[in-house]
Amino acid sequence: MGIRDGVPIFLGYLSVSFAFGIFAVDSGLSIFEALLISMTNLTSAGQLAAVPIICSYGSFIELAVSQLVINLRYSLMSVSLSQKLGKSVHLLHRFLIAFGNTDEIFAVSASKPTTLGRKYFFGLILMPYIGWSSGTLLGAVAGNILPKIVVSALGIAIYGMFIAIIVPEAKKIKGTALCVLCAVAMGCAFKYTPVLCKISDGFVIIICAVSISLIFALLAPVEDKGDRVEEGATE
Amino acid sequence: MIDFMKFLPYLLVMASVTYLVRMLPLVLVRKKFENRFIKSFLYYVPYAVLGVMTVPAVFYSTGSVISASVGFLVAVITAYFERSLITVAASACGAVLALELIIKFI
Repeated sequence: MGIRDGVPIFLGYLSVSFAFGIFAVDSGLSIFEALLISMTNLTSAGQLAAVPIICSYGSFIELAVSQLVINLRYSLMSVSLSQKLGKSVHLLHRFLIAFGNTDEIFAVSASKPTTLGRKYFFGLILMPYIGWSSGTLLGAVAGNILPKIVVSALGIAIYGMFIAIIVPEAKKIKGTALCVLCAVAMGCAFKYTPVLCKISDGFVIIICAVSISLIFALLAPVEDKGDRVEEGATE
Repeated sequence: MIDFMKFLPYLLVMASVTYLVRMLPLVLVRKKFENRFIKSFLYYVPYAVLGVMTVPAVFYSTGSVISASVGFLVAVITAYFERSLITVAASACGAVLALELIIKFI
């Protein structure tokens, strides 16, 4: 059953979205606003990047482009996912399943040997969605109740998750490790250079990610062997 | 506090873009990309994005740069041994909490 496969993702999302809830409220959003973001977006990195833009009343274009670039990976996953959809999945179901196509949900479904029916997908998406929403709510509410030292510790949770996605892949593939290091170096250059530090986080992510990814796609294209690309982009 | 009526258009923009990025390929595309350059670019994007978002922000994510650095190291080590997302995140949090408690009581 899809629901059972969704439980580990549920637990992971609960803790990470808890940190997002704290972060969103600390940044100036209301509890309800934080919850709405999680319920309508269901994406960690994108939401995290959006909060500073919203709280500084940044431009809509900046917000749209940052979401496009950060979430571009979902397009590749959706292409791959379309190959996994069984006969019971009709056009309307595709519109619904697309909403729940996160890194982890895609990873689980991609690991299955056969095509999957709509019931499996809806079951798989259900628990993570509840975890992501309720975790955000808890973080947004309890972030004000919990001792400061605990909140401080939870602040690192979402970055811990990012590191858990990056490191295993970087360990396996040297190009990926180099790509991450270059992106970090470029991001730091923006952050700590007098004039460049005025550029907002959203655009820095876009500029660094697109230019570094283009360079690496040119210099170190991934091997065109089977499902390697999809596997790499899943976790 | 961010005014709700000012917040709504932002929510609409980000939710629309995020959904369209997921939905359009799933509904429109029926076959995989063959172009190696595009595949490579799309492969690198998430890692570059996560890299930029993690460093240096992670070092300012807790009460002090020292505890954040320790949390960062613990996360990298546990991630290197391929622990799950939740284990890595929880270990980093635990390390930060332990260190901040130690600093507090010394």
